[in-house]
Amino acid sequence: MNRFAELLDRVAFEHSRNGKLRLMADFFRNTPDPDRGWALAAITGALTFRHAKPAIIRQLIAERTDPVLFAMSYDYVGDLSETVALLWPAPDAASVGHNRPPAPTLTEIIELLDETPKADMPVALGSLLDQLDETGRWALLKLITGGLRVGASARLAKTALASLGDLEPNAIEEVWPGLAPPYLDLFAWAEGRAPRPVTSDPAPFHAPMLAHAIEEADLAALDPKDFVAEWKWDGIRVQAVVGHDAEGQRVGRLYSRTGDDISAAFPDVMEALCADAFGDAAIDGELLVVRAGKVDSFGALQQRLNRKKVDVKLVAEYPAHVRAYDLLSEAGEDLRTLTFSERRARLENFIATRRPARFDLSARVAFQSWDDIARYRRDPASAGAGEEAPAIEGLMLKHADSIYTPGRPKGPWWKWKRDPFTVDAVLMYAQRGHGKRSSFYSDYTFGCWREGAQGDELVPVGKAYFGFTDAELKQLDKWVRDHTTNRFGPVREVEANRTIGLVLEIAFEGVQRSTRHKSGVAMRFPRVARIRWDKPSREADRLEALEALIGERKQMSG
Amino acid sequence: MADPILLTPTPAGLYCPAGDFYIDPVRATPRALITHGHADHARAGHGSVLATRQTLDIMALRYGENFCETRQIAKYGEGINVNGVEVTFHPAGHVLGSAQICVCDGKKRIVVSGDYKREQDPTCPPFEPIRCDIFISEATFALPVFRHPDSRREVGKLLSSLALFPERAHLLGAYSLGKAQRMMALVREAGWDKPIWIHGAVEKITDYYIREGVDLGEIRKVTAADRPKLAGEIVLCPPSAIQDLWSRKFPDPVAAFASGWMRVRARARQRGVELPLIVSDHADWDDLCATIRETQCSELWVTHGEADALAHWASTIGLRAKPLHLVGYGDEEEAASDEAAA
Repeated sequence: MNRFAELLDRVAFEHSRNGKLRLMADFFRNTPDPDRGWALAAITGALTFRHAKPAIIRQLIAERTDPVLFAMSYDYVGDLSETVALLWPAPDAASVGHNRPPAPTLTEIIELLDETPKADMPVALGSLLDQLDETGRWALLKLITGGLRVGASARLAKTALASLGDLEPNAIEEVWPGLAPPYLDLFAWAEGRAPRPVTSDPAPFHAPMLAHAIEEADLAALDPKDFVAEWKWDGIRVQAVVGHDAEGQRVGRLYSRTGDDISAAFPDVMEALCADAFGDAAIDGELLVVRAGKVDSFGALQQRLNRKKVDVKLVAEYPAHVRAYDLLSEAGEDLRTLTFSERRARLENFIATRRPARFDLSARVAFQSWDDIARYRRDPASAGAGEEAPAIEGLMLKHADSIYTPGRPKGPWWKWKRDPFTVDAVLMYAQRGHGKRSSFYSDYTFGCWREGAQGDELVPVGKAYFGFTDAELKQLDKWVRDHTTNRFGPVREVEANRTIGLVLEIAFEGVQRSTRHKSGVAMRFPRVARIRWDKPSREADRLEALEALIGERKQMSG
Repeated sequence: MADPILLTPTPAGLYCPAGDFYIDPVRATPRALITHGHADHARAGHGSVLATRQTLDIMALRYGENFCETRQIAKYGEGINVNGVEVTFHPAGHVLGSAQICVCDGKKRIVVSGDYKREQDPTCPPFEPIRCDIFISEATFALPVFRHPDSRREVGKLLSSLALFPERAHLLGAYSLGKAQRMMALVREAGWDKPIWIHGAVEKITDYYIREGVDLGEIRKVTAADRPKLAGEIVLCPPSAIQDLWSRKFPDPVAAFASGWMRVRARARQRGVELPLIVSDHADWDDLCATIRETQCSELWVTHGEADALAHWASTIGLRAKPLHLVGYGDEEEAASDEAAA
């Protein structure tokens, strides 16, 4: 356990993705089965403990420490698990010495926590905490309070696992849903010692095929006749899969693009998926909110995302819907080796004959030339998108002969997103970055003008990371250092008024109303597109410019 | 306390009316006794200064030879009469030259700890517990969450990171007086035999430690041209330098920081530290409590740090305890960053 704890501790402080990967791979390589498998389960969030709960931890520490000192310590540290881990008194000297047994392994701990009845949990947990060092206690407490939060996603852990041999992370994603900890067969496969594990999952996830962004110049080399065009809908990419298990029971699942099972959050889609009309199939599509037959904005869909509990009212108000792009399997037949045209015909047939509720077909956009495509991209409504135009974020171009290749192969699929919105805003605060960028001010808060009590004032409208060359970053960093008016820890306030101020051109994908922001608006995906060294700060945009964008879109989406 | 007052807290610091001297005063005074060379305890501009030879040397290195009008060397364990009050300096184990100061008027004995630690340190003599009536202790890490791990284990973390990331420079932030040299010595003990690179701000004091006979192996000062080439090397620097423009030219640097504060993850994260090493030159909670018991004092005063927690604990074992909340101590880090900027 102590080794796993050290890994978590180190990963939590590591800023670079590569560094995290190396640390995890090193751990997987040098830790025996089944400990490393349980560690993988812990990092990917595949573990839960029924009886070990935070209330027990509070009770245990209260029995062992002076309440005044505990209160002062908790106040200072600010995190219960960490306070308890640090404060936990060393066991009596008598039990230390050389007779002390080695610290329990992660496997032993997980088994113990799983087998211990509720009534015995305080004693069992107390004894475990006695046997671990501070980092071990911290990791154990984080584990049972359900939040490792060490900045290592499930995807990253699987990528680290893939790097043990020569597997692609996507290959791991594909077998993952059918496997259970401690993943002995998975590690054996990753290390090249055993064949690919047989997944018994009747509704498995298929690693998705992704597109490269295209530039207008790239188009010249492509023949329009080879490609099929579709709208790129502004929702989230999902996979809806239905199958039957060994007992003949229907199993349906809705997966996110990264393979997370999000079925529980979308009972409305699941109901459609599990209806008899929907045969065994795997559909690749876009999750959207459709109201009165029209796709609503991403903002509407956002009401349904990242919620722990399903809110019946929200489900009724923002009904979810899947717009189908592709058919990956049907009645047990893997279609991914067919061409796009062949799959498309199967998909059209599937939707037409089965007519599943809450599913429809992503329409083909007919075109003759790339000029047509460029025009449709600027104005989707002119190409038949009509009132749904605001929910379109560009076009997809798919080679008619493309087989379904997981990952992001270059060539067969392209995406051509619409131009982002832009606004000229004034830099107000800058914050130092992390890792390589820890000496640079690379994270910016910017504002727009509005009328205040004493004339015009700047109100913060968003925050964005730096997104361009190192040379420009240096210039910007220097400007921040030269124009600092105030410091708050890692944050600097800079000069921002009508005569002095740096204007940043901010690109973003949309604006929503927000009650959490002082300005009343929140931008989607803001990023610094350009530094406007030439533009006087007083000529930066006003808040009304952003507010107008909300109004405009609302009107358009009805 | 019906007896005449032997020591009393004043805005300038602890004052002895009978001997007419201050201990570690935070402003210029006619006569000062200095426990150790850190900037928050040893300030320039006093009339006369009484301190260990090494503390006086360090003050001269930092402030120039004219840091005071007259100076007097105190040897460890040797009683010195200051206006009728006997003062004795004893090792505090904090940094080279650091001392506790025992003040005695024949009836009552008070020990002022200065900053101290109990963990073994290859760069300075160990702390000696002194029996006294009143113990005046620091309390920098006086919360039971502060239990410093074995410093060798922490150095092990640094070496295993170097093994895993040989293409990255490891910048190790450490206060330039004491901690930096202790880290060098610990790294040597752990078997690191490559040169240790240092930032210019660490150079003066490191050279002094070496002149005083502390073996640190080969030390090299980093020049601008060296920086891109230091993959897989240890570079000692003041903590502030890690966020400084200076750190930019190193290959994919790992930001390490050796400090007792690294015990609390949020503090390490706040500073952007990637490799926190919990190595402190202050006593941790257990050592503070053990030391207070060893002095057999009947009364505890607490100068600076988490004074309330330590005073609370002392009262639970039957000591009279009072937090003094002296202002101006505990800023060595800020002092160090000023130095780095200079």
